[in-house]
Amino acid sequence: MIRVEDIHKSFGDNHVLKGITTSFEQGKTNLIIGQSGSGKTVFMKSLLGLHEVDSGQIFFDDRDFSKMSFDERKDIRKEIGMVFQGSALFDSLTIEENVIFPLSMFTNDTIEQKRERANFCLQRVNLENVNERYPAELSGGMQKRVAIARAIAMNPKYLFLDEPNSGLDPKTAIVIDNLVQELTKEYQMTTIVNTHDMNSVMEIGENIILIKEGLKAWQGSNDELLSTNNPDITDFIFSSKLFQRIRKASN
Amino acid sequence: MNLLTHTGRYFLMLGKVFRKPEKFSVYRDMFFREVDLLGISSFGIVVFVSVFVGAAVAVQAAFNIDDPLIPDFYIGLATRASIILEFAPTMISLILAGKIGSNIASNIGTMRVTEQIDAIEVMGINSASYLILPKILALLFINPLLIIFSMLFGIFGGWLVGEFTPIYSAVDYLSGVTMEFEDFHIIYALIKTYFFAFVIASVSAYQGYYTKGGAIEVGKSSTRAVVYSIIVIIVLNYILTQLLLS
Repeated sequence: MIRVEDIHKSFGDNHVLKGITTSFEQGKTNLIIGQSGSGKTVFMKSLLGLHEVDSGQIFFDDRDFSKMSFDERKDIRKEIGMVFQGSALFDSLTIEENVIFPLSMFTNDTIEQKRERANFCLQRVNLENVNERYPAELSGGMQKRVAIARAIAMNPKYLFLDEPNSGLDPKTAIVIDNLVQELTKEYQMTTIVNTHDMNSVMEIGENIILIKEGLKAWQGSNDELLSTNNPDITDFIFSSKLFQRIRKASN
Repeated sequence: MNLLTHTGRYFLMLGKVFRKPEKFSVYRDMFFREVDLLGISSFGIVVFVSVFVGAAVAVQAAFNIDDPLIPDFYIGLATRASIILEFAPTMISLILAGKIGSNIASNIGTMRVTEQIDAIEVMGINSASYLILPKILALLFINPLLIIFSMLFGIFGGWLVGEFTPIYSAVDYLSGVTMEFEDFHIIYALIKTYFFAFVIASVSAYQGYYTKGGAIEVGKSSTRAVVYSIIVIIVLNYILTQLLLS
């Protein structure tokens, strides 16, 4: 479980996060949603320590991440898997080397053991016969799956995904969503997904947090989302006719 | 940002670079990869430039001492001094700043804008140390070797002119090259080379590491890496020469 208490973050005069307090539950897919520029990415990067928060606290299972030094954070970081928006695979490494990378840095496994683990992770994301290929040789959806394989290589307790469906067709996006949900249940991870994709919200949103202008505007599940009258949700999610029809049908 | 801020941030980055590596074996592999990528791949250009510039320096020396009272072996002596003292350590380092500096800056800059550096940081790895330390150590190891090869091939270029043209005698040239050899000239050249290698790797890495934006900014970082490396090398060349030879 990840708990956040009153975090603030500014860049110069731009006060991006204005005191967010929330929690992300273990074994669930937690979704952060919000308009572009609402502070979602800054929020996620603050959780990961890529941005230092100005004030507030971030607890990874009661361990106060925000007060730790770089070296102290290393232990928690080893428990984190991250899938970046653009996959962030290492261009100069093969797919297998990409997945092996965290294992090489943090384990004393033999190369055979690392290969075995990499193959397992790649098979888990339904990728085969790509080990010797380079990231540039794969499609966007396959790159995302490799990024997920790399993220789960170390058996993380916490999985972060930034816009995992951006640039993917709807069918591939559903495959990625289902994969994320399956892995979350299988490994009982605390999964946090930063997304714009409303299909993902409806498919896998077990705990949804709406960020608006640097504040938490709403929190609930996808079922609650369909029935809420919160004006921020209605304004954001149900602005499209498709979702208006879905809401009407569900009611 | 002003010069003072950049200087401060550069030294802070170096502080991160020289922290204890996460895993020695991974850094060792990275070191050899960088030696190959940055150093061995530069061997061809170093040899090519050295042979032709060595030949040109020898011809210029012959042209400038075209006096029957001055023996031809002075051509070898002058060529050797020019190549060992200035051409090999400084000019080759400037060429390497262009080739290697742009490579380092664009490589690290691309990793920055495609979030690969963030991916390394999230894993709990010191990205500055992981990406930059092997490059600095690789250049400190390989550049002196490249410079020694440059000296040899530069002098060889001068010999080729003597051997295959009637401008001067190759035998006289070689006797000049071997005459009154000063070991310290080699030491001086290598001291400069170590400083220049460090500048090329660290200044270029700094430009790449702090790239912000997209592909255009990577290009700009790459250009800045070459320009600033050259400026620092030129200034440092004067300071080191003053300190070591005066």
